[in-house]
Amino acid sequence: MKKYWRRFKNSFFWFSFRRDPVAIASFSILVILAILSFSAPWIAPHDVYESSSIDIMNSELPPAWMEEGSSDYMLGTDIQGRDMLSAMLYGMRLSILIGLGAVCLQAVLGVLIGLIAGYVGGKVDSFLMRVADVQLSFSTLMVAIIISAIFQLAFGLAKYEDLAVPLLIVIIGLAEWPQYGRTVRASVLGEKKKEYVEAARVIGLPRWWIMFRHILPNTLSPVLVISTVQVANAIMSEAALSFLGLGMPVTKPSLGSLINSGFEYIFSGSWWITLFPGVLLVTLVVVINLLGDWVRDVLNPKLYKR
Amino acid sequence: MDHLLEIQNLEVKFRLRSGEVTAINDVSFFLDQGERVGLVGESGAGKSVTGFAIIKLISKPGFISGGKVLFEGRDIAGLSIEEVRNIRGNRISMIFQDPMMTLNPVLSIGTQMTETILAHKNVSKAEAQAIALDKLKKVHIPSPEKRLDQYPHEFSGGMRQRIVIAIALLTDPAVIIADEPTTALDVTIQAEIMDLLSELCESEKMALILITHDLGVVSQVTDRIIVMYAGRIVEQGLTRDVVSNPRHPYTKGLIAALPESQQRGKALSQIPGTMPSLTDMPQGCSFHPRCELVMPICKEKVPELIELDNKNALVACHALAKGGAS
Amino acid sequence: MNTQAKPLLKLEDVYKEFDVTGGFWEQFRWENGRPVRKKAIVKAVNGVTFDIYQGETFSVVGESGCGKSTLARTVTGLLQPECGKIFYDGDRIDDLSYSQKTPYKKRMQMVFQDPYASLNPRFTVRKTLEEPLFFHYPELTREQRLDRIAEVMEQVGVHPAWAERFPHEFSGGQRQRISIARALMVDPEFIVADEPVSALDVSVQAQILNLFMEAQEKRGLTYMFITHDLSVVAHISTRVAVMYLGSLCELSPGGEIFNNPRHPYTKALLSAIPRLGEKKAKHIRLKGEVTSPLHLPSGCVFHKRCTYAKEICTQEIPTPFTAGDNAAVACHGVEQGWVG
Repeated sequence: MKKYWRRFKNSFFWFSFRRDPVAIASFSILVILAILSFSAPWIAPHDVYESSSIDIMNSELPPAWMEEGSSDYMLGTDIQGRDMLSAMLYGMRLSILIGLGAVCLQAVLGVLIGLIAGYVGGKVDSFLMRVADVQLSFSTLMVAIIISAIFQLAFGLAKYEDLAVPLLIVIIGLAEWPQYGRTVRASVLGEKKKEYVEAARVIGLPRWWIMFRHILPNTLSPVLVISTVQVANAIMSEAALSFLGLGMPVTKPSLGSLINSGFEYIFSGSWWITLFPGVLLVTLVVVINLLGDWVRDVLNPKLYKR
Repeated sequence: MDHLLEIQNLEVKFRLRSGEVTAINDVSFFLDQGERVGLVGESGAGKSVTGFAIIKLISKPGFISGGKVLFEGRDIAGLSIEEVRNIRGNRISMIFQDPMMTLNPVLSIGTQMTETILAHKNVSKAEAQAIALDKLKKVHIPSPEKRLDQYPHEFSGGMRQRIVIAIALLTDPAVIIADEPTTALDVTIQAEIMDLLSELCESEKMALILITHDLGVVSQVTDRIIVMYAGRIVEQGLTRDVVSNPRHPYTKGLIAALPESQQRGKALSQIPGTMPSLTDMPQGCSFHPRCELVMPICKEKVPELIELDNKNALVACHALAKGGAS
Repeated sequence: MNTQAKPLLKLEDVYKEFDVTGGFWEQFRWENGRPVRKKAIVKAVNGVTFDIYQGETFSVVGESGCGKSTLARTVTGLLQPECGKIFYDGDRIDDLSYSQKTPYKKRMQMVFQDPYASLNPRFTVRKTLEEPLFFHYPELTREQRLDRIAEVMEQVGVHPAWAERFPHEFSGGQRQRISIARALMVDPEFIVADEPVSALDVSVQAQILNLFMEAQEKRGLTYMFITHDLSVVAHISTRVAVMYLGSLCELSPGGEIFNNPRHPYTKALLSAIPRLGEKKAKHIRLKGEVTSPLHLPSGCVFHKRCTYAKEICTQEIPTPFTAGDNAAVACHGVEQGWVG
């Protein structure tokens, strides 16, 4: 363990991180946001999932610093009388959870398919990549809308509310695997030609072993690079779906559904219901994207010199 | 004193994460008009860096940290970028290992050549075209008129290198620096290109700095040899002397290691170990960990280049300075 | 040729082609007012026949694009020949499946050119060397494996204490030593080396060549050496095969090919080697431009560049005939006596 820590401290990764203020800032913000959201049940002033604690009388209270605001509800309340701050913390937790989950699913699917397509080649490759092409030619959102509409119809709205989180993960995960599939396939094709793979074949190692032990680890850096961007994308997709009413239900609001629920009242003066979750969502996505840019620069072999 | 090009105590450093390292150290040599000099060494010896430093083409994180490059009386190392551009590609041309470093893949050969001429000379377009054609003939490109309209990818590797040489000739330079010009080529084509280079040096009265790792190539083309090791010159002398009677233990080892200098089937003589990396140079003479003649002083003091038999033969070795070995 | 010994490796009329057309749509060309489907085929190896005997060093020399690396990969089973037969120790091996070849992989190994690409960058030296043992000697315990690794590392001149290091911590020469160690792990009898020293510096090149010769002496290895560098070949080979555009031009004993080259191409190749201290050596100039393997000329593949070429060379493919002691040459001119 100590050895790995020392190797990490001597690595180029750590070196360039320390020297990049943008990377440090975005990483710190991301960590703070993540800690806040995952400790929501303990630090949030109100439990938004507990319907008994919500009072409709408190609905549409403005933030605390405004005249009608109450010090109980720092960022005001939404249309149902939920505390905005608590709802946002819980919502962000859901958003991050769905984002990460969807990306894991995308990565597993995409890496597996890309690896097989690249290594086996020939007809298998052509078939898998055409599937990816077809899927990429629909927008992610469209695929997601179709699938979630079907699910809502099939399970009914009540059941859907319970299953919403895993369902969204599956939907977004299925919609975006080609990104991984193509990236991995491209780097597999590059690695496959290298002499160490030929050496492994001359030794007579089994094909699956060469695929998973030799080629796969060497194709992972581009996967890491797109993963950060994909997490941001997945969070955005989830928000967009929820905003359209196809994502998280109102009883379990994510950032997207919060924005949606406030959107109707934005012109009646309750701007905070939309604005605060909106700002939080943008911050989260921007921070992840900035970090992704940095990772891409660091892992780019062309820039990786000395 | 009236050398065409004189390099004095040139030093190039690189700024790395771990601190500054010296890529070349105290490099001094000269080049006379029409003279052909070979800069020989293994990878990492600093021969290419020296070549680039002469025309001030050292890019970050490297920089020239000391010394002078006197060309026709002016110090290139101290000139501004504008002034250097007047010399680089004009009075001093460079040929690289990969022809595609010079050639633009999306422009025809003719366009590239006339553009170069127009950038450096005050001539009309028609005149520029005529010059281009003339130079293509000089490098023995078959049917040059047709070739002017072709693109780099339509040529073979050897032909591309010929075109690069023709481009280098466009401004009638006084010096050509050729950095491993034939390393990527097959032997039969290498032989043709080398013949061409020596022929041109004679007919155009050009001086040549040939940077290569191949002692055989150098010995066929050049008048003098400069052997570099770990960023320093270790031996310098007339080609025929150095090849037939190398003095520095490194040069000796290098020549003995060539398969052709051994009897068939016998083990080759080898220099143990490898060249030290820039980041951990040994104290004293940088060759001492691999040297047979190592003495206590070698581990402490860097040997200076000293004259041996005549003004042309210089060697940096403590063992030879004391006259202990020959 | 040597008739007493049984050949370890036997190649019979081996052909290998590559389709470089690319995708389906790129195969169509517009010709004479209608689309034609055309494939671009590179004929990398064209009917090569030779035997390699136990204990010898057999070298294949040629310039880039002559098919020597393809030949090496065909012999080791990385590529499937289009046509022809390959026998190893009497058994046909070219038509076996990947898993059927496994027993032969223990006996036949390969060393590659690029010391930077031939080692998995994410494997430590120990892992790289341990892997062949896992699969070919599963009965060994961990201790036995480690002992064997240390022994082989010692033999190739890499300190066994460095087993836990990664390839990027080594110099090019040391990496090539590790590559050789990997090939030696399974205790093979035959090693195919594809340009094993051409990426290395002169002083290191000598070390690696010595290592090859040492290992041959100790283990009684048979080598097939692929190289473009005639001077390397001169030094170590028992027999040398010269290739041009996928065909064998000349096959002669090592010393013979240097003192008495017969084929016009061999002569040109020899005269082009830059030798120490021969200022202004006379090079034999070849005619014309390099021929592309995409459009092989009719007749002798070398005729477009050959200064001796006559009518017959453009029409008939020369077959190798035995000239002098143990030399085989494929040239009409040499056969009929108008090439000196």
